Amino acid sequence: MVTVTVSLPRVLADTTGGDRSLTVAAPAGTVRSALETLAGSHPLLHRRLRDEAGALRRYVNVYVDGADIRREQGLETAVTDGATVTVLPSVAGGSR
Amino acid sequence: MTHVLAIGTRKGLWLARSDDRVTWTLDGPHLLMREVASVAIDTRRTPARLLVGTMSEHWGPTVLWSDDLGATWEETDHGAIQFPADSGGTLKRVWQLQPDSAERPDVVWAGCEPISLWKSEDAGRSFALVKDLWEHPHATQWGAGFGGAAIHTVLPDPASDRVLVAMSTGGVYVSDDGATGWAPHNRGISAYFFPDPLPEFGQCVHKVAADASGHQRLYAQNHHGVYRSDNGAMSWQSIADGLPTDFGFSIVASPHAPGTAWVVPVKADGERIPPDGKLRVHRTTDAGETWQASRAGLPDDCFTPVLRDAVCVDREESTGVYLGTRDGCVYASADGGETFQTVAAHLPDVLVVRAVSVP
Repeated sequence: MVTVTVSLPRVLADTTGGDRSLTVAAPAGTVRSALETLAGSHPLLHRRLRDEAGALRRYVNVYVDGADIRREQGLETAVTDGATVTVLPSVAGGSR
Repeated sequence: MTHVLAIGTRKGLWLARSDDRVTWTLDGPHLLMREVASVAIDTRRTPARLLVGTMSEHWGPTVLWSDDLGATWEETDHGAIQFPADSGGTLKRVWQLQPDSAERPDVVWAGCEPISLWKSEDAGRSFALVKDLWEHPHATQWGAGFGGAAIHTVLPDPASDRVLVAMSTGGVYVSDDGATGWAPHNRGISAYFFPDPLPEFGQCVHKVAADASGHQRLYAQNHHGVYRSDNGAMSWQSIADGLPTDFGFSIVASPHAPGTAWVVPVKADGERIPPDGKLRVHRTTDAGETWQASRAGLPDDCFTPVLRDAVCVDREESTGVYLGTRDGCVYASADGGETFQTVAAHLPDVLVVRAVSVP
């Protein structure tokens, strides 16, 4: 079983009772499977990251050991045991 | 009794309170940096429930509620409004939250983007998609205005099971049971941007309000055009004569005085400022046959419009009228729109205002 650490920004800590570092199973060894695990364990957090169709929200960035998954295989990006999956809000919002 | 005015903006929610609807104290921001496009204050419950539709560009849309007027907020983990997996939809915004009548105390309706209607039977904790409207044969031909393709008006008839919705763009649709049989009700409402200016559907209706006499009489502010129906939306006639322009976003009606309604004219679709830069509220007391302009307390140098849900009335005997502008100013009248006081200034874009009285 692949297990990763999901690292969250402060702004999402209210969805996890304050935890910004979660140990999450990724059964299929992909980012998608880690997020599917979160859908079950932390549904409110999961909703912040993905819409109902499962797409990653446009201004949510996810990195696997520092690599942007949008430049890799997206949600199918592979994760190895012990990897760090970092969630960060995109730099955006200047027009508002 | 405290008068509460909820002000939803592009960057959060403010709450104003008053004992007399003349002097206000402002509290906020709540939900800072979340867009608040819809607000309902459900006074069928004690304590009243404050429901908001919010949207974060980063973290998505959701519905929150507070049973202590903004001190604390709750949200369901799985989301109050979630498109079913087989629907093909994903929620963009909640544009309207509308509690039903006192006789249906746990029913709340939501109008959303993409164009969809949702019904809650647990006071807003969860909503179900009204599939018959989502799958309507006309749905692929409905369009989007600048504000996005959405149902922005939901009018459940307290005297029956009938529900009227209005959408931009698509027009007015009515169901006799709020679930099935949705039919367009746009006869007489123009859509000048189509080759046929009077199509069966597709109009960009901005807002619809029901007269105090009941849902047989309705008012509509259209994308150019102000209308009245005297037959439950079966047909519409223009009531724009006497107004400086027939463009605007909002129309509201008195809950007590039949024939009384208010609009806030905008110069034109291509010039979205008040006529001559002077913000005015126009009132009719004869169902649109004549109009009177109010200027006391309103600025003569205003160059932003008032959006479709940024005008509301309260239920006091002397109807309070409230409006908020895109440059963050909020005005309140305690005398049916004769005179206005400034409630707030320098807020973000005001998207929605709602006013109630609570113990």
